[in-house]
Amino acid sequence: MPNYYQPEIECASREQIRAWQDERLVNTVRHVYKNVPYYREMMDQKGVSPDDIRSVDDLHKLPFLTKDDLRNAYPYGLLAMPLSDCVRIQSTSGTTGRRVVAFYTQHDIDLWDDCCARAIMAAGGTKDDVVHVSYGYGLFTGGPGLNGGSHKVGSLTLPMSSGNTERQIQFMCDLGSTILCCTPSYAAYLAESIHERGMQDQIKLKAGIFGAEAWSEEMRQDIQNKLGIKAYDIYGLTEISGPGVSFECSDQTGMHINEDHFIAEIIDPNTGEVLPDGEKGELVFTSITKEAFPLLRYRTRDICVLNREPCSCGRTHVKMSKPMGRSDDMLIVKGVNVFPSQIETVLMNKGYPANYQIIVSRENNSDKIEVLVEMTPEMFSDELSRVSAKEKELVDAMKAMLGIYVVVKLVAPKSIARSEGKAVRVVDKRKLY
Amino acid sequence: MTAKQISVFLENKPGQLAEFTKLLEKNQINMCALSLADAEDFGILRIIVDDSYKTACVLKDAGYVFSITKVLAVEIPDKPGSLVHMLEMLGENDVNLEYTYAFTIRKADRAYMILRVADNERAIEVLSKNGVKLICQDNLSDLFAD
Repeated sequence: MPNYYQPEIECASREQIRAWQDERLVNTVRHVYKNVPYYREMMDQKGVSPDDIRSVDDLHKLPFLTKDDLRNAYPYGLLAMPLSDCVRIQSTSGTTGRRVVAFYTQHDIDLWDDCCARAIMAAGGTKDDVVHVSYGYGLFTGGPGLNGGSHKVGSLTLPMSSGNTERQIQFMCDLGSTILCCTPSYAAYLAESIHERGMQDQIKLKAGIFGAEAWSEEMRQDIQNKLGIKAYDIYGLTEISGPGVSFECSDQTGMHINEDHFIAEIIDPNTGEVLPDGEKGELVFTSITKEAFPLLRYRTRDICVLNREPCSCGRTHVKMSKPMGRSDDMLIVKGVNVFPSQIETVLMNKGYPANYQIIVSRENNSDKIEVLVEMTPEMFSDELSRVSAKEKELVDAMKAMLGIYVVVKLVAPKSIARSEGKAVRVVDKRKLY
Repeated sequence: MTAKQISVFLENKPGQLAEFTKLLEKNQINMCALSLADAEDFGILRIIVDDSYKTACVLKDAGYVFSITKVLAVEIPDKPGSLVHMLEMLGENDVNLEYTYAFTIRKADRAYMILRVADNERAIEVLSKNGVKLICQDNLSDLFAD
């Protein structure tokens, strides 16, 4: 028996969904044009006025918004409500120069929680469940999002946050957690740890909701087998709200986008041209119910396919595939956004030339990031301890910049592979897509 | 009164030292002493050669990262206890040793220690005062000439 949080919305007719989208898009465009000078300027520049947008058919007339816009507008430039009406700020995992802050009114939080509640119920959650949230809490949207969704469902919520595996497993056993929410790599790690301790018979998990990083079908099978659960994917981004922009149902063949809140488009990342359903391209979102921080045609850089075939779960909202890649050079490592330019910044700040290569791999379902740095006379000394100290300095600076531990490996000058004279900056050995 | 040590960065992977020594062979450079310090992912090769200028040119052309450091080359009798004697001298005079390695030569009953200290001048003063013989770079090749 399918499990819905808002059946009248989740299973609404396509006509109904379209009617909501038309009306909400028109209102959102008027709202931002009136309240956000940044949008007004962008739209004026493109020669489009709010009156030109009468339905979803007119969406393509609007300019795109990119992460650079969000950065340029930091912190208040895209805020569409008085600060006094906002109740929350969340931020992306990116760092210096890339950080993006999003604002929420109480109404925005309510709708975001609804989206996460839909995801939890699609994973079989009810008010009788114990939802174990091991996403990080804080600026990261993972913890707060699923926490709010769990409250809405009426489940007993365990706000574990990330880390302290010993305690995670203890609580899981003692308090009978039934639904686990965390990154897929942490789920795999937990599964591993539970098996090592021979405690698999003491856990009562039935489902997991895993997102914030790419994971393969093999990894899903592995987690499902080890924990004896069904593992569901969830997708979201801070800019648009957080987790729950789309979520997987029992069919496990893609994630239903909450189309009453977000309009999805697929575009050609090079030309910006809108592609028909079923074609692979960059996913673009327009949020149509947000008050504080609505984004029009925000380019996610995730490469996806949309699928409007009817779903066995009964939901009528469009499904998106797992992201199949990126249209920029961003890497997601351990759920954290990493740009090669950040590594470059660290090296430059320390006075070294930017001769480096990032190697990402996955060992035992856990991401590992290694940065090869070409040795330079400035870094070198006849004393081992001095060179090691400089290596350690780089590790610390990268940890501070990225928020995750990076292995630095010093290599011989000119040893980093160059293709047609241009150094290969990223080698991703994970087979994620 | 110092010798010139050449320190070279080498990656910790098979064949690196062989490749390096092949380069010396090709350029007819003779090593008097060699020591390798290893970290997890790299090593620092320290060598004393007869012609340090030529070696530096060859390494630069080959793209190696290296540095030249003034170290002490100390001559001691090749018999038990002579190293102790010399080290005590330094210790008693507060000269800290960063690292050291040894070499011997064919013809005499002498042994040689390469000493890397923080303060060369102080070490030279202490050793000279106690009659320890120091070999400077220019005299190194004489040791091997026969």
